[in-house]
Amino acid sequence: MFDFLKKWMGQSRSPGSETLPPLPSSSSDPDATVPLPELGLRASDHDQIWPRPSPTRFTVGLAQHVGQVRTHNEDVLLAFTGELRGLEPMPHIGLFVVADGMGGHLLGERASGIAGRTLARVVLENVLPSLLADPRSDYERPSLTEVMELAIAEANRTVVRLVPEGGTTLTGALIVGDQLILCHVGDTRAYVISNGRMEQLTRDHSLVQRLKEMGQLTDDEAAVHPQRSVLYRAVGQGEGLEADVISRRLSPGSILIICSDGLWSLVPDHIIHQIVRQSPSIQGACESLVRAANEAGGPDNITVVMVQLPG
Amino acid sequence: MFDARKATRSVTHRLQNAGDGSLKPGSILQNRYSIIKVLGVGGMGSVYQARDLRFPNVTKYVAVKEIINIADPSMREMVAKIFEREANTLASLDHPAIPKIYDYFNQSDRSFLVMEFIDGKDLETYLNEFPGLLSEDVVIGWAIELCDVLSYLHNHKDKDGKPDPIIFRDLKPSNIMLDQHGSIRLIDFGIARAYQAGQKGTMIGTEGYSPPEQYRGEASPAGDIYALGATLHHLLTKQDPRIEPPFTFAERPIRKSNPSVSLELESIIMTALNYNPAERFASAEAMKQALKTLRRRISGSLSRPAGTGRIETAATGAASQARPTEGPALVNLSEVTPLWVFRCEDEIRASPVVSGAFVYVGAYDNNLYAVNAADGKLAWKYATDGGLPAPPVIHQDNLYIGSEDHRLHAVSAKSGRLQWTYYADGPIRAAPRFADGHIFFGADDHYLHVVNATTGRKAWRYQASDVIRCRPVVSGDRVYFGCESGEFYAIDLRAERKWMFRAKRGITSSPLLHNGTLYVCSLDGMIYALDASSGWRLWQFRTNKPILSSPTIDGNLLLVGSADNHLYAIDIRNGREAWRFATNGQVNSSPAVIGGTVYVGSVDHSLYAIDVASGRLRWKFTAKGPITSSPAIANNVVYIGSFDHHLYALTA
Repeated sequence: MFDFLKKWMGQSRSPGSETLPPLPSSSSDPDATVPLPELGLRASDHDQIWPRPSPTRFTVGLAQHVGQVRTHNEDVLLAFTGELRGLEPMPHIGLFVVADGMGGHLLGERASGIAGRTLARVVLENVLPSLLADPRSDYERPSLTEVMELAIAEANRTVVRLVPEGGTTLTGALIVGDQLILCHVGDTRAYVISNGRMEQLTRDHSLVQRLKEMGQLTDDEAAVHPQRSVLYRAVGQGEGLEADVISRRLSPGSILIICSDGLWSLVPDHIIHQIVRQSPSIQGACESLVRAANEAGGPDNITVVMVQLPG
Repeated sequence: MFDARKATRSVTHRLQNAGDGSLKPGSILQNRYSIIKVLGVGGMGSVYQARDLRFPNVTKYVAVKEIINIADPSMREMVAKIFEREANTLASLDHPAIPKIYDYFNQSDRSFLVMEFIDGKDLETYLNEFPGLLSEDVVIGWAIELCDVLSYLHNHKDKDGKPDPIIFRDLKPSNIMLDQHGSIRLIDFGIARAYQAGQKGTMIGTEGYSPPEQYRGEASPAGDIYALGATLHHLLTKQDPRIEPPFTFAERPIRKSNPSVSLELESIIMTALNYNPAERFASAEAMKQALKTLRRRISGSLSRPAGTGRIETAATGAASQARPTEGPALVNLSEVTPLWVFRCEDEIRASPVVSGAFVYVGAYDNNLYAVNAADGKLAWKYATDGGLPAPPVIHQDNLYIGSEDHRLHAVSAKSGRLQWTYYADGPIRAAPRFADGHIFFGADDHYLHVVNATTGRKAWRYQASDVIRCRPVVSGDRVYFGCESGEFYAIDLRAERKWMFRAKRGITSSPLLHNGTLYVCSLDGMIYALDASSGWRLWQFRTNKPILSSPTIDGNLLLVGSADNHLYAIDIRNGREAWRFATNGQVNSSPAVIGGTVYVGSVDHSLYAIDVASGRLRWKFTAKGPITSSPAIANNVVYIGSFDHHLYALTA
């Protein structure tokens, strides 16, 4: 899809046209599975948190593992980024999706795959044309929250139609410039780390979370509760799916993390935060987190995607 | 609900497969029970309808419940125990709503329970097949019977006569049968257990109907009362709690989906559904008595001609309970007395501004007044040659105000002495903004003017496509403003356009910049949230009439009035409505917030003080004319002007 984006930009450019945007000067690689180069950070600097990313780019890391128990992977991960520079720069754009399927018998992975792809397709179809239009005269740009709502509704319809017995969590993050628009159903989580603090952005749509909010369970009880993975909201559940959608501005240098419960139910939040702080790179952090979940038993598929804003 | 634990899923799957292939019709058990058909497949095996062959001359049906083999020995043992417990429980019970047990045996590694065959339908099936909504009196009848059997179980005594309460633990429509006589019968005692106070058990039950404490392993009579409440809620609303977010009965009022239900029944069911077991009915018997009292009253009122008395009472009650934020008439208010009142010679449409010891306000009598904030005495007034529809801006010692006389006036804030004036090519009806030593303001000549605050000389101007009536936002090197044809501009300080947005109608309301997002309201009735750096729309929210009011933000709530008579509170994270407050006139005044209270005027002559968190009215003050002016607040005093020519000072 990113190639598609690059190709499109190239075709849009015609000599002599003043209104069309110039070619991007660089592109980030969403499929980066190679660790990023070390940035000369000394080990003793780890409390200074971050290797400085290049100041004008997203830095993306991602990792996925089937875990120690399961034989197949029901998690899906998508990451797209795009940028355009020149006289009228386009805002950086990133779309990151994690879906964790359920239903067994291949239904889970089909559900998560269809949901992730549908969400990405609807978002990109609605956002890309305006992204590449001249911001000085384009005032027909869609509402990003509505696009996300539309996309998650379409993902739900498609899963209901094609995998009626399956279901999936679905968490999508669209970043345009420094604005984050997050849509969310299920218990995949999104966190943001900024100014040294880690904050959970999503609310689990799970029975135990609801019981915790009602004061009926403590965190410790919830962590071992036999029904801790029972969801009351999931893509594929049929009519009336209500997704959480929030928009929020990310401060420069913030890190967005999206991960499946294969990570967060095994590795406590403060350890996630610590691993991220002590990792030499975003990609390294993703790999360390997956390793930590596997070392804790890895009973489920583990997926994590991380993006750091320029800052 | 989805169960993400594949282990559970696969176990269920295996059981079902085994159950499917279990006993064929015609199979005979113990030379006595001839299988006729499968009645249902459960988690642990099947239930069959069978004929008892010991009665050759009559057709006597029985229900045969089977437990199939499970490979896992520990699981098998657990299931066998549950089954045996069910048999023992049933054998010790005698109540018309509880099926009788006839026999219990093992055969070829399976266990069987032979019970009374109930010829009827379970309530879940009944509900699904019933067109429309069930009526209240039918459901009350069932509820009374259910309370009766629960009461019997909860007051069960062991063979020595000691209390030995039995908790049903899984009350839900599919475990309740309606027999051929229309009576209620409880089925599936598989998980019913004797209750020992304080002892924790395993969580078994059905999500959606089970009480919160059951998830901690606590089963008590109060849990059955909760499940009964959940069942009744489901029956009356047709909303299946298994597919709704858990524990949201209170958020889904029964009468909202089934308005024929009385307030009393709703209240009885909600009492049963209290999160806190101690706040539910003390016993099933107590709930039964409440239901019986209600039934007597309803049958009494129904016998009256038309029987409308009850509905009227209920309707009134609902209005005050369900919509507490709407309609000031419903709230008992003490009117507020102003600290002082200052009279101008014409209407005050603009908002006052407080600075230092003075309140400044422009009026349609062409005067700008400086009034002593403490006592409302006139300090000075400054006359222009036109009406003053917009508030001034004050920077250091100077005050800047636009007039319909085409001029921006700079006067001394202390004395009202003229410093300079600047001429636009049309009336100025927009409020100015001070930034970087300059005054930014729009005018009816279509220009955004940028004027040096010290000298009054033009720095630059930018032509919009129509009249500008809103106050611009200046931040960093960007200037944001809208015009009356709906265009909204983001330009830089060199007057170059960075991006543009277009609403469907004019933008009179002043935009608000908050944490990188611009909130722009339009005469098209919409609130738009735009990313300030790119102009991308983050969300939009529709009110029903034009918005002239300018928004303000408190916490995560954006507050703005609309000509549809409401003040809205919108969650700025997603554009969803938190609450709305109804007045009796257009809300064109801009709200102001202090200390958790939002103050806003309405064309209905009132100034409202509303709790920001809940949207509930705290107090109101009624002037003698419409209020379009926005309140100014300082030192716990609210200053507000009205079309009745007065400026009022009120204690916040």
